[in-house]
Amino acid sequence: MAEIIVVTSGKGGVGKTTTSAAIGSGLAIRGHRTVIIDFDVGLRNLDLIMGCERRVVYDFVNVLNKEANLNQALIKDKRNDNLFILPASQTRDKDALTQEGVQAILSELAETFDYIICDSPAGIEKGAQMALYYADQAIVVTNPEVSSVRDSDRILGILQSKSLRAETAAEPVKEHLLLTRYNPQRVEEGEMLSIADVEDILAIPLLGVIPESEAVLKASNQGEPVIFDESADAGQAYSDAVARLLGESVALRFVEAGKKGFLKRLLGAN
Amino acid sequence: MSDICLQLKGSVITTFILELYRYSASDFTQQLKDKIDQAPAFFEHSPVVISLDKFESDSLAIDLTELVSICRQHNLQPMAFKCADARLIPSIKKSGLVHLPLNTSRSAIKEASTPIESADVQTPPVQKLVSENNARSDQRNDPQPHKNKIISRPVRSGQQIYAEGADLIILSQVSEGAEVLADGNIHVYGTLRGRALAGVKGDTSARVFCKRLEAELVSIAGHFILSDSLRDKVWEQSAQVFLDQQALQVEAL
Repeated sequence: MAEIIVVTSGKGGVGKTTTSAAIGSGLAIRGHRTVIIDFDVGLRNLDLIMGCERRVVYDFVNVLNKEANLNQALIKDKRNDNLFILPASQTRDKDALTQEGVQAILSELAETFDYIICDSPAGIEKGAQMALYYADQAIVVTNPEVSSVRDSDRILGILQSKSLRAETAAEPVKEHLLLTRYNPQRVEEGEMLSIADVEDILAIPLLGVIPESEAVLKASNQGEPVIFDESADAGQAYSDAVARLLGESVALRFVEAGKKGFLKRLLGAN
Repeated sequence: MSDICLQLKGSVITTFILELYRYSASDFTQQLKDKIDQAPAFFEHSPVVISLDKFESDSLAIDLTELVSICRQHNLQPMAFKCADARLIPSIKKSGLVHLPLNTSRSAIKEASTPIESADVQTPPVQKLVSENNARSDQRNDPQPHKNKIISRPVRSGQQIYAEGADLIILSQVSEGAEVLADGNIHVYGTLRGRALAGVKGDTSARVFCKRLEAELVSIAGHFILSDSLRDKVWEQSAQVFLDQQALQVEAL
């Protein structure tokens, strides 16, 4: 039985798709059969981040409408045999998603995959609710600033009230906080919320802290999930997060502001 | 103008109740004597109301006049019969005493700390002298079990929780943008960052308690206070908010 993990945030632009790509790739690198589903129907991005945009023939909505079967729509990653992508439709909108259709696709995927990563669209409306409805776990991506934190809090409330697990009074969705775009220097200068601030407000376990990094933008533009860049701090931080997701105990890295942050980065932290 | 020579007043008179279960002149005389001998001074000239509530109705042919005279012989002052059974009323009238319908007897004394009770336990009595305290209002309804609504998870932004007719107890935090309401009190055993409205149906005695006060708004029975004002009073510490003379009070705990 596959574990369904939704990557969500409420707020847009905080790094959901980057995180979905990195975490999904990380799980595949560790040998787990993983599929990443783009739920952002109408604003397809995951294919770009994964670098498979030219290989999209059929999409999520085609499968939902039975215009194609899953095997036709799934795109196998070129870097890792365990990794698959189910792209969103760019020509449709969120109304194309139906609960029954999503459930049918997820249960078919669950037969062959270990992990199903649902890359949620921003917002709290239908698309986001569809992405999180069947989730077993949730990775809440948050930037260290107040509006992102509040939106994360909102989406946590929806996870608690509108997910299948909440509606059936099953064991609640397991929540993880992933703090992205973290800049220890700016936290020290009081321009950014600290890890402790965010943990205090959201009160969920911390899965990882991804430092603000040039490597992320570069990776996105190259269509190569940042986790494949083993020299980048962000890539290493995502690897740590995947390890924690699998139950390993790994110390936090890249959360202290070095006296010479630039030099430290050049030499490679740790 | 003539001086007022009388006045009618409501009053409560302390008396004993003699509860009669069965009657035969010899048994009654003997057991009454035994009872009084335990504390003769205590019962001397005591007014007594004789209750026939628990009198076994198969022995209706009872000589109440004889009963009254036995009481008087033992220095009691029988003053009335308390009785619901209409069949006994002619006999009561014949005895010359007052007939009190059951529920109008308001005579009361405090629980007498006498040996009567212990004696009663040992010997199943034919009649029993009991003290009655009508001030203890037996008619009062059983208090309604107090209702609570208990929430153990954080209340997140955008969520609203209402405890109707109850207290609301939150074992976690209340986030900014969340709203918690109760007809009764609100307890938050975490940080209160959102809005808390207690006594929403007008209960001015309702209060809000929280482990750490950082609320956007706190309201008691419609009187509210905003975070700006709270910051000047009690902030980021344990606090309670209550209504005193139409004014909200914020106190550190």
